[in-house]
Amino acid sequence: MDFAPHTDDDLQAMLAAVGRSSLDDLFTHIPQGLRPPGEPNLPRGRSEDETLSALARHAAANHTDAVCFAGGGAYDHYVPAAIAALVGRGELLTSYTPYQPEVSQGMLQALFEYQTVISELTGLPVSNASLYDGGSAVAEAVSMACAATRRNAVVMSSALDAPTRQVVRTYGHPLDRGTSEVDYGADGRTPVPPLSDDVAAVVIAQPNALGVVEDVRAHAEAAHAAGAQLIVKLEPIAVGLLATPGSQGADLVVGEGQPLGQGLAYGGPTFGFLACRTDQIRRIPGRIVGRTVDRAGRTGYVMTLRAREQDIRREKATSNICTNQTLCAVAALIHLSWLGPQGLRDLARACLARAQHAARRLTEIDGVELAVSGPFYKEFPLRLAVRDPQAAVTALHAAGYLVGPVVDTGPAQGAVMVALTERRTADEVEGLADALARIVKEDS
Amino acid sequence: MPVMGERTATEPTLFDRSRPGRRASTLPALDVPDVDPVQALDGVELAEAPPALPELGELDLVRHFTRLSHRNHGIDVGFYPLGSCSMKYNPRMSEAAAALPGFRNLHPWAPDEAAQGTLALLYDLQQWLAELTGMTTATFQPAAGAHGELAGLMLFRAYHEDRGDARRTIIIPDSAHGTNPASAAMCGYDVVTVPSGDDGLVDVEALEALVDESTAGLMLTNPNTVGLFELDIERIAAALHRVGALLYYDGANFNAICGRVRPGDMGFDVVHLNVHKTFATPHGGGGPGAGPVLVSDRLAPYLPAPVVVRRDDGSYAWDHDRPKSIGRLHGFHGNIGILIRAYAFLLFHGGDGLQQMSGKAVLNANYVASQVTDVLPLGYPQHQPMHEFVSTGRAIKVHGVRVTDLCKRLIDLGFHPPTNYFPLIVDEALMVEPTETESRETLDEFSAALRQAVAEAAEDPDRLRDAPVTTPVRRLDEGRAGRELVVRWSSDQA
Repeated sequence: MDFAPHTDDDLQAMLAAVGRSSLDDLFTHIPQGLRPPGEPNLPRGRSEDETLSALARHAAANHTDAVCFAGGGAYDHYVPAAIAALVGRGELLTSYTPYQPEVSQGMLQALFEYQTVISELTGLPVSNASLYDGGSAVAEAVSMACAATRRNAVVMSSALDAPTRQVVRTYGHPLDRGTSEVDYGADGRTPVPPLSDDVAAVVIAQPNALGVVEDVRAHAEAAHAAGAQLIVKLEPIAVGLLATPGSQGADLVVGEGQPLGQGLAYGGPTFGFLACRTDQIRRIPGRIVGRTVDRAGRTGYVMTLRAREQDIRREKATSNICTNQTLCAVAALIHLSWLGPQGLRDLARACLARAQHAARRLTEIDGVELAVSGPFYKEFPLRLAVRDPQAAVTALHAAGYLVGPVVDTGPAQGAVMVALTERRTADEVEGLADALARIVKEDS
Repeated sequence: MPVMGERTATEPTLFDRSRPGRRASTLPALDVPDVDPVQALDGVELAEAPPALPELGELDLVRHFTRLSHRNHGIDVGFYPLGSCSMKYNPRMSEAAAALPGFRNLHPWAPDEAAQGTLALLYDLQQWLAELTGMTTATFQPAAGAHGELAGLMLFRAYHEDRGDARRTIIIPDSAHGTNPASAAMCGYDVVTVPSGDDGLVDVEALEALVDESTAGLMLTNPNTVGLFELDIERIAAALHRVGALLYYDGANFNAICGRVRPGDMGFDVVHLNVHKTFATPHGGGGPGAGPVLVSDRLAPYLPAPVVVRRDDGSYAWDHDRPKSIGRLHGFHGNIGILIRAYAFLLFHGGDGLQQMSGKAVLNANYVASQVTDVLPLGYPQHQPMHEFVSTGRAIKVHGVRVTDLCKRLIDLGFHPPTNYFPLIVDEALMVEPTETESRETLDEFSAALRQAVAEAAEDPDRLRDAPVTTPVRRLDEGRAGRELVVRWSSDQA
């Protein structure tokens, strides 16, 4: 099967026009030893119906009916129906990078609007047009801070999620970047670390991987006093309640876009966002859209500051990124516009109220307590009196409740993360409490 | 285009349309006690007001994005012959597959037992991509081709370091995509450029002179970025392997050879594939894509962790026990939803269909070339183009117009322009990739439009300079955009 529309007559006429006798004949100049006979060993092609039936069997082999209390950067927020309808429009879905701005104004304007809402969420004036995900966004921000400070070491909070810490290390290794961690305290907050004069950036998360709200202002002041920059990985719904990190002095605010209209989707595709101050705009990775005018004086949009990018600057580019996550960024823009300022605040308050209720209810259980004492808004770690927390997570899943991840380091190591979105009801919390009580009791 | 009214009217931004107090969102009623954030978050600095997001009703929101879509070209709208981008039909079948609830509702940290469908799919996909590339093992974390390049070069570095062999340089042809040298720089390598010969292929003798014990490897696209198959690839591979260096295959042009020629057989050690090119996942205005990286056995130990494996009991799992791994490149598992679309595409095509796909892609490119190269000569006519061809528009410069103007005129004639001014080694380059999903009639109409535009360059060059005039905006002042940076909306701009 294929999607080529060629009739037999087309093939004959076109082959004749190029002086070939068959499709295979178009490849005969390639050394024969590189052209294996026969076709590749894949299943034979099949109809669309058969294809989708096979995919449906795979999808059905996943178990997604457990009630989702899991967090760790991906949350079961409601995704409004308008998003799929709008980003599914073929003119947007099937467009390429807007290299011809006159015929790409729709996407360019949407990205300009996206940059504006990211600027609002982060409290910083400049956003790019998206990155791959939250993890690589932190790594790119570290590179920006290293370039800005001409230093090559980074200090990460151990209350930054484990995958992101690993991504930063992976990106840093080939560049001999010094990478160290500062342990969070018993309250779940990251203490202000001592900083040597080679540190380009301190990285914290807001709220952090334990769900705890950090003191961004104190970290910004300490980083700046040491000549370093503060990078904050922001969970974006949180600024429905919390002050924006940019307003608190953060130099670079990045994050994982999953909570913004992306759905769970096994973690991808989502997107990463990145915002900075105006004086860092020429170090920003990837695309930026700017407003301008056309020959008739009408407002229009173009990709701008292109001299940072790989197709122009090659090895001197600020990053190698080319393809980003544009359509996911547009989905986030639609989600944030659907929410509006009051909707975002209401959403964050709903998470807060449900998380506070769940924490209170679940810690009534013998052998279940909060693993940290600091303030949280939608996610918190529970210390379970069990031998193997991972086994408890598995048992909870079997009982119909997905929780996690399990904290990998620090004072709360072994604690189990529980996250509450606006979708988790009091009844579901009761169900989780019953299952948790049984599992903890059976283990002790 | 709107069906009524002034077609060129500017669409106001969401912020211009915003009215205080309007909203689209609804929330479930709270069935737990409400809490006062000031009390619950004692000692935390709260926002005085939430971020100034736009305030609209849902219909206004839907209309806004619908109108924006009217101001945007996509494959669904018309021909999109962007060279090196493989802008082919994006099957709706693949969209339907990725939207299945079993895929959509899976949490990234769900236990492997709950993800058996997706893991089995990824395992099969790994086997199929390995078969098509001549490799053995895959990582699915890279979210795009350039991310795959970074992964691949990190694998080079890890391989050499593991052998106690510090190497400094990556060799890249002068015709390469900009991502190649940028990726090498991000991986701490110095870039050495190898020139192309007079026939558009890598100058093998120049390459052999550049290769030495400091060479970590070579990055190559094959067919290369002028659309030609590197006929000396085996000799190139031997030159690199002789000094212990490795070969990286940039999969940007894999659509030309998929199902017919395998990078592994050519001698490549690492391959990335652009799923949003060859396997027709929608490019979404710039992404998301996916850039799975395939490697041979000797590089498999260094792959990003975890990798998908099949256990002895027939179940599938993420294997985190990878002591030599370069680490993680993605906060979750990669763009899994894009890979699901690729799986559907491969299952539908099968091995036979993929050979038809690449064959017809090459046929379509050569057919268009046969219709236009008398007026737009090939940059390198010595070899037969593969899935794309690069012409030079040098000849129209005598009329005071350039390929940019030709491209803008094409827009008025109803066609998205080809890639232009790339690769850098062809003067006034025009890079045409029709893909296999276009009909002969479309190719004929496009060829006629190209010829018309070339003819007009001589007869009526102002028409080219003024173009486009049929679009929502005319040519935009890019210089002003860079000088007077306005990269977000603010109320004083209104």
